[in-house]
Amino acid sequence: MLYINCPHCGMRPQIEFSYGGDASVKRPELNKEISDQEWDDFVYNRKSLRGKHLELWQHISGCRQWIKVERDTATHEIFNTFKADEEVA
Amino acid sequence: MSQDFRLESIGLINRDKKLSFKFNGKKYFGYEGDTLASALLANGVHLVGRSFKYHRPRGFFGAGVDEPYAIVQLYRNNETEPNIKATEQELFDGLEAKSVNCWPSVNFDIGAINNFLKIFLPAGFYYKTFMWPKSFWYRIYEPFIRKAAGLGVASTKHDKERYEHKYEYCDLLIAGSGPSGLSSAYAAAKNGAKVILAEDKPRFGGSLLTSDVNIGNQSGKDWAEGIIAELKTMPNVVVKNRSQIFGYYDHNMLVMSEKVSDHLPKTKKYHPNKRLWYIRAKEVLISSGSIERPIVFGNNDTPGVMLSSAAKEYLKVYGVLVGKNPLIFTNNDSGYETAIEFQKHGVQPVILDSRKNPDSEIIDEAKSLGIDIKNSYVVVAAQGYKKVKSADVASISDDKKQLGKIENIKCDCICVSGFWTPSIHLASQSGNKTKFKEEIDAFVPGISKQQETTLGAANGVFSLEETLQTSFAKGRELSKKITDNDNEVSIPNVVEKKSSKHDKFWCVPLPAGKNYKRFLDFQNDVAVSDIEIALREGYRSIEHVKRYTTLGMATDQGKTSNLNGLQLVSEIENKVVPAVGHTTFRPPYTPISIGAIVGREVGKHSKPTRKSPMHAWHEKNNAVFVDAGVWLRPRYYKRGNENLFEGSKREAKNVRTNVGVCDVTTLGKIDIKGPDAAELLNRVYTNAWLKLPVGKARYGVMLREDGIVMDDGTTTRISENHYHMTTTTAQAANVLSHLEYYLQLVWPELNVNVVSTTEQWAGAAIAGPKSRDVLQKLFPNLDVSNEGLPFMGYMEGDLFGVKARIFRISFSGELAYEVNVESDNGNFMWEKIMEVGEDFKIQPYGTEALSTLRIEMGHVAGSELDGRTIPYDNSLEGLVSKKKDFIGKRSLQRSAFTAEDRQKIVGVVPLDKKTSIPEGSHLVKDDKAPLPNPKLGHISASCWSVEYDNPFSLAILKDGKNMIGEKLFAMSPLKNKVIPVEIVSSHYVDPKGERVRS
Ligand SMILES: [Zn+2]
Repeated sequence: MLYINCPHCGMRPQIEFSYGGDASVKRPELNKEISDQEWDDFVYNRKSLRGKHLELWQHISGCRQWIKVERDTATHEIFNTFKADEEVA
Repeated sequence: MSQDFRLESIGLINRDKKLSFKFNGKKYFGYEGDTLASALLANGVHLVGRSFKYHRPRGFFGAGVDEPYAIVQLYRNNETEPNIKATEQELFDGLEAKSVNCWPSVNFDIGAINNFLKIFLPAGFYYKTFMWPKSFWYRIYEPFIRKAAGLGVASTKHDKERYEHKYEYCDLLIAGSGPSGLSSAYAAAKNGAKVILAEDKPRFGGSLLTSDVNIGNQSGKDWAEGIIAELKTMPNVVVKNRSQIFGYYDHNMLVMSEKVSDHLPKTKKYHPNKRLWYIRAKEVLISSGSIERPIVFGNNDTPGVMLSSAAKEYLKVYGVLVGKNPLIFTNNDSGYETAIEFQKHGVQPVILDSRKNPDSEIIDEAKSLGIDIKNSYVVVAAQGYKKVKSADVASISDDKKQLGKIENIKCDCICVSGFWTPSIHLASQSGNKTKFKEEIDAFVPGISKQQETTLGAANGVFSLEETLQTSFAKGRELSKKITDNDNEVSIPNVVEKKSSKHDKFWCVPLPAGKNYKRFLDFQNDVAVSDIEIALREGYRSIEHVKRYTTLGMATDQGKTSNLNGLQLVSEIENKVVPAVGHTTFRPPYTPISIGAIVGREVGKHSKPTRKSPMHAWHEKNNAVFVDAGVWLRPRYYKRGNENLFEGSKREAKNVRTNVGVCDVTTLGKIDIKGPDAAELLNRVYTNAWLKLPVGKARYGVMLREDGIVMDDGTTTRISENHYHMTTTTAQAANVLSHLEYYLQLVWPELNVNVVSTTEQWAGAAIAGPKSRDVLQKLFPNLDVSNEGLPFMGYMEGDLFGVKARIFRISFSGELAYEVNVESDNGNFMWEKIMEVGEDFKIQPYGTEALSTLRIEMGHVAGSELDGRTIPYDNSLEGLVSKKKDFIGKRSLQRSAFTAEDRQKIVGVVPLDKKTSIPEGSHLVKDDKAPLPNPKLGHISASCWSVEYDNPFSLAILKDGKNMIGEKLFAMSPLKNKVIPVEIVSSHYVDPKGERVRS
């Protein structure tokens, strides 16, 4: 079970969180004309990375904030966590 | 029967407490502090079971967790538990156990015929033989295998034992209470660190209980007792015996199974049987010791052949002689230690040492005691079927290839020592890449992956002095890092005998003309010849060899077989062991009860149960409840002998003719506040929300980004910047997360707050032509006329002194209202509704009637919004705005979603107007068409229409809009039904929706 540092609550066990997928995906702006390909990439197409991955988690049984977690998908090492509005370098 | 093999002068058992027990129906005696294994051995019982594949007689090989064969079926307190290791099970009064793997009995076993047919059961036998013909598998092979093989039998009864889970945090978690565990725990405890010290055995001390050493001028055992006693007094230390750390998981979380009650005849009241500890440790010290390695020789599985360390443990801890005429077969000094203990207790052993002329303090002591030692000698084969009777022995050449003349020596046990294998399982589980250490011919932990350190024998350090020094230092160093304290602990002086180097020898060659089985894996019956076959057949990777032969894949995870298997492969392949590689260990280290893993999450505790504030009223009024997610909802209110069909029909009919009331507390409710609330709703729902006036409700549908309907519900504008959203019961949590996702991540510029208020409000839906009369009586001062409170209107009122929200919304399709009050007033509201409704023949109705009412109205619910449908499919396309953008809109342009013959919701009526259509039935054109019959659609929901008094169903049907009037067949192979049906409009009752507006 992972041990995740919620930027709002501190170190909390994984059971308090739910996974939210790739954090690097940007939703296209509203009312913008976009191609089928762009939309497909946003809705469906994800890289199944091995290694460092920036992903979303929601602290559902805690502060309910969505956070970004930089995690190694192979080793589960967590390098860093960020608030939703924090820029990730 | 007397305990013929028990010594009076030695052992840590309590001779004042004699315990009786039964094995295979026969009564024996043992003492408190015995294991089942030691008690049986004290009685001279060596035959405990039959082996897995060949059903060969098997006895005891070890004295603890490494035991590969002494597995029994245990009977305790009218319950039975399979696969218990006799070497771990503590004796209690009245214990009963039976052998497994034998039928009809351990002494006469039909499966033993496999032993004589073993030529037909080589490696890969199951893969090769039972593959063909396929039809034989179920009828012949499987029943045969099940009857003849397998381990114990699980109980089919409900397990009445209680298992608990516990979460714990500590600075240092120490696995194993031998010399390294005790020293590091002591040093860390003195620095004020929070320490948990876990020992899987009942007694603390590990190897100190059996080794002949002195620490600080006392025996190793006494020193261990002193340290444990002091640790127990320290508030920052938890010491746990009977506790096995079996798994090392991510981020330094380890799981430990504590056997709380297994050593007792019966679990004490309010106590668990086992307790599973989830421990998050800052640092982990692995001091799990090492396991003695066997030497491989002919018939090395005969009862009476066992590890020399086990023989020593039976002697020193339990006062039990495993034989009175022991033969010790060793390649290192450990065998001598066992021999010396035998000799000291009046039994003359013979030592066969594969080494030519070893020399050490220990060997000198053995010689001075007059022990018969034969150098460059090996056991070629054990003789005796159900028990060792003698051994064929021979001298061996220096290159270990040639055997001398075979002689036979009488003996009643063979104690084997092939040196030591560090228990690296936990380190390996943590992700540590282990490395091969040439000097000890075994793997030791390499570079740490997590915060873990391996000490002592587990790290391949077999000198006690070095172990104590490094362990004290490590405990001090790691605890200092955490607590900042640095208290010096003086390291006691150690007296231990120096030993000489072991022999790199592990397998005795076969003598000419003999084909003895030489076992590597004792539990899975994998012999040297099986590995040879696998390699001959082209298997190279150790992982493949392992799976093909099942080497190391038994429940003991190859604790005694892994290295010998690797040695064999490396020898045949002419590679060094590290080049062959070795398998990664995975949790659990040893089998763990499923009950302990499940814990308290059984039966109704497997999920939370939520009840509405009116639950007690429902119970009092004969509600029959149904699970709705985690909620309990009344399905119908039983009157007399009514069944579900009759009761729900009565309730639904009363709504259509008079008035009914339904508990809708379970609907999800989300409070939405902020200046941008309308904008959020406008983006989340498919329809327009910017112009909804205060005091009005609107029905809305929300999509996922892929265009699939996520949920529906009504949202009401309570005031300028305040909305009250309702969701379906099932989707409440998901919708809240969905809103939070968009507000926090996608559109953080929107100034809106959302919070769940599901539990804050109790809700009652009052539905039926007379619902306005009821509402008027509840709120006599309000104008609830069609003009005062029109359809989709909202107002607040005072319900006999209680603040209430009134929504004119309808799920049943009748004139209807929903009243919400704060949860604490829910029951008060409900009783008032029932009271004023009496004049109008009000009846409560449950979820079954609710479904009937919505189905015949063609209102969609979870069975249509099933995660596969878009708005069009549910005839909700009118709610999809063409002007504004919203979540999922772009996906609606997908060609499949805009296809001319896209599926759509329709109504379905059986032609005979009698036969109910099972939900899930498929709609087909031709009921006689060859399979697979092309499916046009499926029945999503079925009811008995109370309006027309005949069955009615909803279906999602291909090209639904052009299918009205068509005749099809509803087929349910599950229910074996073929029903001719007609497709009608989904709006079966009141298609123009006049009632809700009346
Ligand atoms: Zn948090």
